Amino acid sequence: MDTGFWILQFLNALQFSFLLFLLSVGLTVIFGLMHFVNLAHGALYAFGAYVAASVAASYGYWAGVFVAPFAVAVLGLVLYQFLIKRMRSSGPMAQVLVTFGLMFALLDLTRIIWGDLALALDVPASLSGRISIFGVEYPLYRFFVMMVGAIALIMLNLILARTQIGAMIRAGVDNDKMASCLGINVERLFFIVFCVGCALAGIAGAVAAPLLSVVPEMGLEILIPTLIVIVIGGLGSLKGAITGSLIYGFVQTFGAVFAPQFASVVIYVLLALILITKPNGLFPSRGG
Amino acid sequence: MKNAGILITIAASLLSASIASADAVKVGVLLPYSGVYAALGKEIDAGFNLGLEEFGKGLDLEIVREDSEADPGKSIAKARKLVLQDKVDVMTGIVSSAVAGALRDFVHGAKVPLMITNAGNNSVTGAKCSPYISRFSFSNGQINRLMGQWVYDQGVRKVFTLAPDYTAGHEMIDSFAATFVAAGGEIVGGEYTPFRKTKDFGPYLATAKASGADAVYSFYAGGEAITFVKQYDSFGLKANMPLFGAGFLTSPLYVNAEGDASIGVKTVLHYVPTIDSAINNSFVAKFQSQHEGRSPSEFAVAGYDAAHALSLAIQQGATDRASIAESISKVSFTGPRGEVTIDPKTNNIVQPLYVYETVKKGDKLTQKVLAQLPNTQDDVNGCSL
Repeated sequence: MDTGFWILQFLNALQFSFLLFLLSVGLTVIFGLMHFVNLAHGALYAFGAYVAASVAASYGYWAGVFVAPFAVAVLGLVLYQFLIKRMRSSGPMAQVLVTFGLMFALLDLTRIIWGDLALALDVPASLSGRISIFGVEYPLYRFFVMMVGAIALIMLNLILARTQIGAMIRAGVDNDKMASCLGINVERLFFIVFCVGCALAGIAGAVAAPLLSVVPEMGLEILIPTLIVIVIGGLGSLKGAITGSLIYGFVQTFGAVFAPQFASVVIYVLLALILITKPNGLFPSRGG
Repeated sequence: MKNAGILITIAASLLSASIASADAVKVGVLLPYSGVYAALGKEIDAGFNLGLEEFGKGLDLEIVREDSEADPGKSIAKARKLVLQDKVDVMTGIVSSAVAGALRDFVHGAKVPLMITNAGNNSVTGAKCSPYISRFSFSNGQINRLMGQWVYDQGVRKVFTLAPDYTAGHEMIDSFAATFVAAGGEIVGGEYTPFRKTKDFGPYLATAKASGADAVYSFYAGGEAITFVKQYDSFGLKANMPLFGAGFLTSPLYVNAEGDASIGVKTVLHYVPTIDSAINNSFVAKFQSQHEGRSPSEFAVAGYDAAHALSLAIQQGATDRASIAESISKVSFTGPRGEVTIDPKTNNIVQPLYVYETVKKGDKLTQKVLAQLPNTQDDVNGCSL
């Protein structure tokens, strides 16, 4: 248990946190800005991974990564027009039920299109191998995952805080009636936000696939961790999503090191503690 | 009047049911066609169908399929439906150990023969064995029991073990560890990872690396196996710490999803499609022609051999639940995996095991058989038949 071991575990925790951030950010963006609970997010993530794997099989990894977010955004567009738009004004319970059902429908759709067998999506040659950092060999692809997560965080932060469309979104979230009186097309704004959230799920699927496995149930398995992340962090805030991801990632990784037999319960204990002391999470969005 | 009508209907349906059972042998197939084990369920079903095509020619069989969803509660309901409503003479299937455990008492009580085609929990043919339950797949202990000595013979002295934290994970590792220690080896550490909740094996792999072990022995299956093998390779551990394990780790069913990460992994299994025998070559060719060139897996062979055994039993004159159960317990034949018999002491299968290495031939991953281990028979483990 030398320093190298701890650096390795620190990198593992950081990498897992950014992976979780990528997985949960789309969910939290949609919730924070639209107050819409989209439990089908995991299924969209799986759809992204499947699209990436099929495209990559013929045109290489990078084509897969670029196509996946657009494909999932298009799926999001269709879902929004036919389903989500109608559910916008109904209560959270109806939304949860509809998107929960949607998740299973999408899961079976994935099965019908791609079958039950796992698909292959390998790390591209340019990102395979390891690099040495502080005397520790660490897989290059894991650094790539961290980088994609960090870029997503910075970009979203900049867009929301510094651009005009970011200001419009924030206005729409704070008071949508007033925003539309000022000439902002709030409906269209939310439509864009939903598609962006879906695209983020697509990126997450494509980036996570070489690390994990592309199987039909992948969307279902990721739902609980992402929900824990955004509940700990606070529903709907970017700061909450990254904080929640870091807490989850570090607790899970070091839990597995120090108390492997409790690895699966530690995070739930923490979740319970946070819900008792701060029921809205650590950094809830202002609009909530 | 109305009541009389109903009575007549009931009588008629009872009559027709008894007529049907007098003619055909009704077979209930209970497999997960949906849910997380759907791929395995469909693979076993494909093997079973191929087996019936081949050995069941001219037999009067009626097949009733039910989706277990690999859910114990739903499986019990489906099994009741098969036994009480469809009045099947024999049942086959079962992928999940949890389902096998849940069904055991019902099947035993109803005296319906059940031919298990996957679930490997030791207890089904051990302490909780039943004259009505036979197994055509493997037991968790059986798969790994001879691997302790074999791994030791490769010059490995210190091993770190990794497996998911559920019955199969514990049984597989325990079985290996016992024989590895008996051979003179040392288990320097090991961890059980949260079952189907572990996305990042990084923390465990770092611990394994720091343990000073010569090798890692492991068991994972399905999506977890793919994730584990890929991550093991990405950390570059294979060079200094080779990966051994139960062969589900690099099963032909999902080795392609693992890609080059699986190359060089040495594991043990009761069947690989590259076993070189006339019977196996013909089985592989037939399976490939039905599945776009894909080779059969250990799951398909369990279904195939179950169909073979059932056909033999019926050809030998078994017609009802009791005679089928009795006949199945004595079955013995040579199949794709070699000579197999049902052990009369436990009703578990006795079969050879194959140590294989995943290698790349051209651009395809395939299994190179390194050793054939002798037929292994489980201890009675508290079973008295």
